[in-house]
Amino acid sequence: MTIRTILSATALLAVALPAGAETIGISIPAATHGWAGGLNYHAQATVERLEEAYPDLDFVLTTASDPSKQVSDIEDMVATRNIDALVVLPFESEPLTAPVARVAESGTYVTVVDRGLSQDGIEDLYVAGDNEGFGRVAGEYFAETLDEGSKIVVLRGIASTIDNERVEAFTAAIEGAGIEVLGMEHGNWNRDTSFTVMQDFLSRFPEIDAVWAADDDMATGALQAIEQAGRSDEMWVVGGAGMKEIVARIRDNDPMLPVNVTYPPAMIATAIELTAMRFTSPAPVAGRFIIGSELITPENAADYYFEDSPF
Amino acid sequence: MTATAEPRQAPRRRINLHAIGPLAALGVLLLIGIALNDNFLSYSNLTNVLARSAFIGIIAVGMTFVITAGGLDLSVGSMAAFVAGVMIMVMNALLPMMGQGVGVILVGILIGLVTGLFGGAINGLLVTRARIEAFIVTLGTMGIYRSLITWMADGGTLSLNYELSGVYRPVYYGTVLGVSWPIIVFALVAIAGEITMRHTRFGRHCAAIGSNEQVARYSAVNVMRVRMATYVLLGLLVGVATIMYVPRLGSASAATGLLWELEAIAAVIIGGTMLKGGFGRVWGTVVGVLILGLIGNILNLTDLVSPYLNGAIQGIIIILAVVLQRGGIRSN
Repeated sequence: MTIRTILSATALLAVALPAGAETIGISIPAATHGWAGGLNYHAQATVERLEEAYPDLDFVLTTASDPSKQVSDIEDMVATRNIDALVVLPFESEPLTAPVARVAESGTYVTVVDRGLSQDGIEDLYVAGDNEGFGRVAGEYFAETLDEGSKIVVLRGIASTIDNERVEAFTAAIEGAGIEVLGMEHGNWNRDTSFTVMQDFLSRFPEIDAVWAADDDMATGALQAIEQAGRSDEMWVVGGAGMKEIVARIRDNDPMLPVNVTYPPAMIATAIELTAMRFTSPAPVAGRFIIGSELITPENAADYYFEDSPF
Repeated sequence: MTATAEPRQAPRRRINLHAIGPLAALGVLLLIGIALNDNFLSYSNLTNVLARSAFIGIIAVGMTFVITAGGLDLSVGSMAAFVAGVMIMVMNALLPMMGQGVGVILVGILIGLVTGLFGGAINGLLVTRARIEAFIVTLGTMGIYRSLITWMADGGTLSLNYELSGVYRPVYYGTVLGVSWPIIVFALVAIAGEITMRHTRFGRHCAAIGSNEQVARYSAVNVMRVRMATYVLLGLLVGVATIMYVPRLGSASAATGLLWELEAIAAVIIGGTMLKGGFGRVWGTVVGVLILGLIGNILNLTDLVSPYLNGAIQGIIIILAVVLQRGGIRSN
């Protein structure tokens, strides 16, 4: 063992691992519905963009169709790709908490997106949408726009913490405005379910002034049911999340779709960019980054329209 | 059916008791609906419920034959989503060539039927030729079709061209003498299914195979061909249902047709068909479909039950309907 062999071995290592080469693992749910489709699109687009901008950074992107698959994905990333950072949008909070905590304990930088883990303090960076704001912004629009004594119906999502937070904030925001909520039913963030629920709302209530559909897939189903009943000029619908077809109709001043509230799937891009920044710049990256829910109006709709995104 | 009933006494009375369960459940549901909401019996509400039940209904009629012949098909919901996706992509692709008009829609409908037929044939071939259990085959194809539609839609939603949707819309929303098309098609499929099950050789062969495959084979029934035909028929009916489904929202996504297979199977069993095969009742299936449709409708029309409990109410009524029906058998 001479000094020369040690030197050449070190040189070989240096060639194999260029200085500062870092691998970022990204684990997100598979594209099983519109919003997750947008999530996947933005994740892939961001990875492509960053790989070009920072040749030193490597990315591993995995999509999981259930929590246990996601746990295996993360374990595989740690074992085989030796990741330096993990960006994870947990499929469900509880099952992912322990596996992500193990990754964090091993010294890997962890960014958690949107769905928080069930224990605080595991992640280095938390990037999320604002569910409370999502309900509040919509509620404020209803309170400002509708006259006292107006009647509305609400389509809720899949029964979950997210849905509860949104609906509570909405209810709080319309309190005192004299708006009567005729009914709330679960449309499960699904077009077909919302279509039938809205049909039944329409048979049940002769007077409805507005609908809070709380999601653009649900808004799409509700709009069809209203059109079928021939009551399009009676009411308007506010969806949410900023699906591109809906944003296009707001931009074109559709009277049935006055506004929308964002809950952008592009938040995964924010999370990946910030995590990459941790390795490419001296700027401190830590803490919580909450992406506000904004009101899309006909005036600013063009800014929220992404031509290539599936959502 | 008569073959198994002959050795015992008074088969006629048993049939009546056997059949009364689902009808009684349907009657009770109707009464509850009338009591809870004045609009329940309104023309628009009833047509809504019938039209939205038509998809599951058309599929469930086909499922009755598959289950009667001792089979099962878990892939129908995913297959419907896949067929819808194929139809939408083909129609959108043909639009620049053929212009918007009835021609494109007719090609789309044909593609839908052919895709459904092929889907059914693949299930049938794997079950009959490769001799794999129907549960496993269709569990596999269920996953395949669900992934394919997600992939085709790029994780999002496939939407039919806006102008084309306008041309196609009347197939779901249009009416003949006040009755909308899905209801008419459902009724025709149900009547044809009932006649086929009770009065044709094919229907009797299905029951014979489901009852005892060996005996059926010794009685010169071409077991493979009949079994194959049940899956092809079901695939074709999935195509028919999808033709009615696509014009409703003009879109297909990974969430399309979710759990339709279980609803169809539940409707078939509520209607009095044996899950293990050997006996099928198409009109019972229609009653089962209506029961499932009405439960959802009634729950939406009232505030009596927390929406969190909708699934529980559905479950209770499904089990009750079957208990009533099986109770009828045991009392003899």
